[in-house]
Amino acid sequence: MERRSPAFTVFIYACALLLAAIILAPIAWLFIMSISPAADLAAKPLRWWPQAVDLSRYRQLLSTAENSAGAAFTSSLRNSLEISGMATLAALALAIPAGWAVSRTPAIGWSLSMVIATYMLPPVALAVPLYMGLSHLGLLNNVFGLALVYLTILAPFTTWLMKSGFDSIPREIEAAAMIDGAGLLQTWRIITLPLAAPVMATSALFAVLLAWDEFFYALLFTSDQRAKTLTVAIADLAGGRVSDYGLIATAGVLAALPPVLIGLVMQRALISGLTSGGVKG
Amino acid sequence: MSGTWMTTRAWLLMLPLLVVMVAVIGWPLVDTIGLSFTDARLVGTGGDFVGIDNYTNMLSSPNFSRTLITTTLFAVISVAAEMVIGVLAALLLNQEFKGRAILRALMILPWALPTVVNATLWRLIYNPEYGALNAALTQLHLIDAYRSWLGEPGTALAALIVADCWKNFPLVALIALAALQAVPRDITAASLVDGAGPFNRFRFVILPYLAGPLMVALVLRTIEAFKVFDIIWVMTRGGPANSTRTLSILVYQEAFSFQRAGSGASLALIVTLLVTVLAVAYAALVRKTAGSAA
Repeated sequence: MERRSPAFTVFIYACALLLAAIILAPIAWLFIMSISPAADLAAKPLRWWPQAVDLSRYRQLLSTAENSAGAAFTSSLRNSLEISGMATLAALALAIPAGWAVSRTPAIGWSLSMVIATYMLPPVALAVPLYMGLSHLGLLNNVFGLALVYLTILAPFTTWLMKSGFDSIPREIEAAAMIDGAGLLQTWRIITLPLAAPVMATSALFAVLLAWDEFFYALLFTSDQRAKTLTVAIADLAGGRVSDYGLIATAGVLAALPPVLIGLVMQRALISGLTSGGVKG
Repeated sequence: MSGTWMTTRAWLLMLPLLVVMVAVIGWPLVDTIGLSFTDARLVGTGGDFVGIDNYTNMLSSPNFSRTLITTTLFAVISVAAEMVIGVLAALLLNQEFKGRAILRALMILPWALPTVVNATLWRLIYNPEYGALNAALTQLHLIDAYRSWLGEPGTALAALIVADCWKNFPLVALIALAALQAVPRDITAASLVDGAGPFNRFRFVILPYLAGPLMVALVLRTIEAFKVFDIIWVMTRGGPANSTRTLSILVYQEAFSFQRAGSGASLALIVTLLVTVLAVAYAALVRKTAGSAA
């Protein structure tokens, strides 16, 4: 280890403090806005610290009283949960066999490359036919319809993650089980899937994060509480005539909570998933 | 087991994914191509064949060239800033100091924050009447009067770029940090013994390890920045005076606000082509970087 001069050590700590401030200040402010009384947020000069903690907006948004701001918010929360859950399960159901097939039979790898290349397509290039198609099937403003559309984003990504996960499981283990007379499904059940469980969990979490974050298709294909997702509900709040900015901030905090918790808890797995493609080059 | 059976079985396992991908991506893409040669409306009849009129109209319209410039500005400036700040943050996090593990954990926060929440948060920060930026700058006596950061064409794009950078530089930092940690210690030690200064050490010893992963991050970020929709829609909807209108916003307006599905489709395909050309050029560059590093 290189010896550091005291001046350099001070410099390092100053930079670390600056970086921490840059990261934390906006997030902290979002939270402070959500618990500040409305008068504090409208005060000039602005009060950076609430005089009293005001949790009424959390109660307001999480209440399910009819025709309240809470009803719109909780229904969008439920829709987001349902859509992310369904889309993630469907994406994994497609990704696990496909990822395994490509991992064990590289000759068909080009088909996965084509699937992954669709990442380059801007969603606007698919939006008009998808809109017309969903409308034709009666799936506009419908959680199933939106979950189906989300497969355009989730399925290529999870298949790629599963494929690299299966790559790291030696095929000799599978071969040994097969020699002992296990069929394909049995080999998967006993050997492959248990070994691939961590990758499956990482893929599922990535898929949930992607679906939770999606906005463009949700904006186009949903119109009311039956299917509107959280992202659309928040954009509605932010763009509407809400006079209490604290309420918008509270909705933001609640929507950010699940992905941020997933991010913090799964840090190691997420970072290795994010960088596996990058570091291998 | 024979090779043919293995391949057939692999295709059978691949089939469900391929069927779904054809249904939700392949067919819509083909349909968009067909629509782009018609004057179809979003609702109603199929429209008539108009040849390449949509394309020529679109490419010659001043809206398109202006939007292309705005998109390029947004993509180039925000991605460049994310790369530079990201690498600097990674170099810092690669040093030893107390609290490093906590700081590294915090880096995941902006990345995990949903894009729409990020956009909403910055919209509140930039608020012309009650925003934190105005309050902070006034209290520090840097400005005399509150300004409408997102409401003036001169500052709106810059304000968007700051918000986008804040969310995305941590990802670049985490990728760069993982690459830095793969640099063998004895190599940096040897360069010290050989008397390399900090700049030369970065340029000749560390950068070769960073180049590959950073190129991948650069490609992914650039493609995303070119397709950008969410953050702009929530913060400015392309305004004021169309000063922040990017290509995806223009397609949305054309196809959905004005319901001109045919002309919107042609524009969407022009954007797709631009992104593809960009990605292919980048991919060649990545291969070259990877080749020279090996």
